[in-house]
Amino acid sequence: MTAFQTAVKENKKKSPVVQENINKEESIFSAKGLNLWYGNDQALKDINLDIRKNGVTAIIGPSGCGKSTFLKTLNRMVELVPIVKTSGAIDYHGVNIFDPSVNLVELRSSVGMVFQKPNPFPKSIFDNVAFGPRVHGVKKKAELKEIVEKSLRGSGLWDEVKDRLGESAMGLSGGQQQRLCIARCLAVEPEVILMDEPTSALDPKSTLKVEELIQELKKDYSIVIVTHNMQQAARISDKTAFFLNGEVVEYDNTDTIFSNPQDKRTEDYITGRFG
Amino acid sequence: MSKQMSQRLWFGICGFFASMTIVALLFLLFSIVKEGASVISWSFITEPPRRNMTEGGIWPALVGTFYVASLTVLISVPIGIGAAIYLNEYAKQGPVVRVIRMSIRNLAGVPSIVYGLFGLAIFASTLRLGVGLITAAITLAIMVLPWIITASEEALKAVPNSFREGGLALGATKWQTIRNNVLPSAIPGMATGSILGLARAAGETAPIILTGAAYFSRNLPSSLNDSFMALPYHLYILATQHAQAAAVRPIAYGTALVLIMMVILLNLSAILLRNHYRRKNEMF
Repeated sequence: MTAFQTAVKENKKKSPVVQENINKEESIFSAKGLNLWYGNDQALKDINLDIRKNGVTAIIGPSGCGKSTFLKTLNRMVELVPIVKTSGAIDYHGVNIFDPSVNLVELRSSVGMVFQKPNPFPKSIFDNVAFGPRVHGVKKKAELKEIVEKSLRGSGLWDEVKDRLGESAMGLSGGQQQRLCIARCLAVEPEVILMDEPTSALDPKSTLKVEELIQELKKDYSIVIVTHNMQQAARISDKTAFFLNGEVVEYDNTDTIFSNPQDKRTEDYITGRFG
Repeated sequence: MSKQMSQRLWFGICGFFASMTIVALLFLLFSIVKEGASVISWSFITEPPRRNMTEGGIWPALVGTFYVASLTVLISVPIGIGAAIYLNEYAKQGPVVRVIRMSIRNLAGVPSIVYGLFGLAIFASTLRLGVGLITAAITLAIMVLPWIITASEEALKAVPNSFREGGLALGATKWQTIRNNVLPSAIPGMATGSILGLARAAGETAPIILTGAAYFSRNLPSSLNDSFMALPYHLYILATQHAQAAAVRPIAYGTALVLIMMVILLNLSAILLRNHYRRKNEMF
């Protein structure tokens, strides 16, 4: 057992203490004084943000405000950019994900991600969904089949593709590809799903399907979604964080943010005065 | 002169220069085929030279070239692809990588005779491998490495980053991601580069003269330390070193034709392979 897993387990015992200062809702991520630089450009400035467990948290803000950066920090995918530096902490199960003991493979297995542009692998539909389980050591064909079916049902794609699992995933429509990527993510059985503008490359009909899917998924998963589309944030999220210039301007229940924002800048943004 | 006229003139001149390359290639092929085609027969391919090379065929040279080229590939492809994966996927871009890249670029520019000398000094003498197949193959392998590394790196760079991100985001390790998501898309490009390297190794003369090629050998090489006949060296001997130059001229042309056909076939197979995978990738 790795240090990270041990820490997660230990934390489960002492969780009441950790969560004492979070108003009633249990949080899954807790960013504390998080700063992030791309080289010399600071993209995130002293972010303090608790992301609630279960439900949907939307992150909105104009382009370049750091919302995607923040999302990618949650599973440390942001570090694929070599010049990234961070300071501060993000607690996940009471463990700072920047701690050297954290195993990235495990972090990313429990914090899944769906990208802005659907990115199916150039493999069959089956192999795409089975990719995650396979790299995590599932070998038995029967078991893989079961996981693939369950995951595809979970993303609402099963009925559309069950007769052509052996065909290339590249032949699916954009909306189907995105739902395939969601299924691929579900197959690893994550706890959190990060979505980086998952519908921005999709047509309205496919967008609606993915939004309905998110409503389904939030029963079992904690979802953090970055979106450019404020109506989308209002429709699907429970909590909304408004980012501006690398800072969190306001974070509250989605209803409050959209009906009664406390900060003038939030109001200006959601009423379309800028951004 | 009007602008239109001047444009036409310059395009005309550029077009003329461009077509000269085709003319040069066709002229070369034509003269070799014309002189060499009549010599080529089944026995020319399958028999050893006889009567001081004025009769018979090129079998030992053909086999020798095949052996040394295959060995070269066996040595250079794993090293080249491994180096490319390291440089492109793993290495932190910094001074070390810069030095490695600079070395590769410089290796590509070293004249082939220098490789020959190097092979002779280091592998044959210092490492006591002697003069023979293995020494020649290692020398050629070092010579083609830059090509293979560069082609493999290009192939890796052409793989969309989303394949890597997708794999890593699913909790795959870096190696699993490379193995399952990156390499399958990069292998066609790597294979193409390797075949082109092979074609170049098969045609090189200078390095093998110094490291293992034999003037004449009745027997095929039976061990890695045996010297071997090779097509390019055989051609060089027939064309310039033979006492009865006129008598062996047709055989020289025949040898040249076989060698050039071999290289063209290799290049062609590289192109076909690339197209095949390109079609397959579009499908998948």
